[in-house]
Amino acid sequence: MSGGTRAPRVLIIVPAWNEQDSVGGTVAEILSAVPGADLLVVDDGSLDLTAVRARAAGAIVCQLPFNLGVGGAMRTGYRHALRNGYDVAVQIDADGQHDPHYVAALVDRLGGGADTAPADVVIGARFATPDDPYKVRGPRRWAMVMLAAVLSRLARTRLTDVTSGFRVSNRRAISLFATHYPAEYLGDTVESLVIAARAGCTITQVPVTMRARTAGRASHSPLKAALYLFRAIVALLLALVRDWPAQIEDGDEAIAHREVAAEAHPQEVQPR
Amino acid sequence: MSGVTILGLAGSAIILLALFEMMRRHRLREKYALIWALVALLIVTVAAFPVLLIRTSAAIGLEVPANLLFFGASMVIMVLTLQHSSELGRLEERTRTLAEEIALLRLEIDQHRSAAAGEHDVLHPDRQQNETRE
Repeated sequence: MSGGTRAPRVLIIVPAWNEQDSVGGTVAEILSAVPGADLLVVDDGSLDLTAVRARAAGAIVCQLPFNLGVGGAMRTGYRHALRNGYDVAVQIDADGQHDPHYVAALVDRLGGGADTAPADVVIGARFATPDDPYKVRGPRRWAMVMLAAVLSRLARTRLTDVTSGFRVSNRRAISLFATHYPAEYLGDTVESLVIAARAGCTITQVPVTMRARTAGRASHSPLKAALYLFRAIVALLLALVRDWPAQIEDGDEAIAHREVAAEAHPQEVQPR
Repeated sequence: MSGVTILGLAGSAIILLALFEMMRRHRLREKYALIWALVALLIVTVAAFPVLLIRTSAAIGLEVPANLLFFGASMVIMVLTLQHSSELGRLEERTRTLAEEIALLRLEIDQHRSAAAGEHDVLHPDRQQNETRE
């Protein structure tokens, strides 16, 4: 690695669980939309052909031995990013909901600009503009609004979509998420943002338009939506009272740097 | 000897015997055995000297000594269950970490294998092309 201003090394992490019908298309689309980035599909213990199709489409595939949930898949991805010295990690869902053409804008936002401060985590957010075609109603909508309001206060910025699984993290956030990324309900979205905000990471968002899911999995039953609201409140309260690290520990970072150094320059570490 | 005494003694004897047998067969870790041994000893004491229970409940102001027994028993069970839940959570977190590490190790082995197998890197066809071009 030579010094100077090199382009950041970007790892795109796609958690996938039984997504054999959509993962191939998603991988192909990401690879063509974001050239130069490495693409890691974390197969979260799928029982179908997810891993095979992702590999065939050109992704690096990491297979978990059993299903851990999005949180487990993502922490695996962040660990891979940390150990291999990536500068930026991008999280994209495998179901094709997220348009990879936004990745460049999200990554650019990390560094900030003339009138914007740099950020550690950038969320690709729905509901940021009044003409957003993505519509959610009822208890599910209330839950999203409530979560967004609380997280906005915590992060001291306006966040409209904290349950978005489309986000970009820099080195600082990667090293935090590689250690602390909850596997519980809403842990992969809401709680991980609470952790980041509490650890002093700067969180911001970029408006994106999301597509409707190709497979109709989002349920519209009012009972399920009410349950979602209830579980969201519980998850949020838990996240808020939990004892997370006040800031990124020096110890963790030191270990991370050592691992990164060993990965980047193996010949220097290994005795000849 | 009253029926209550016999019941209490028999119950604690069964617990102690089961404890001993499970420890002997390496089926129980000593940290759990200690808790259960304390529970069994408490039952033995109360069964052998019911007067202790009667005096204590009178001192607190309970009219029926059995209520104190039930309260104590339910508290012990609650604490033990809670401890098991927390223990279970810790184990889940550890299996999760292990699963993640295994997945990453598998990936690394795959990459080494394919790098060793041939000239071109199967996992990074694009990168390989870029490197050879430069």
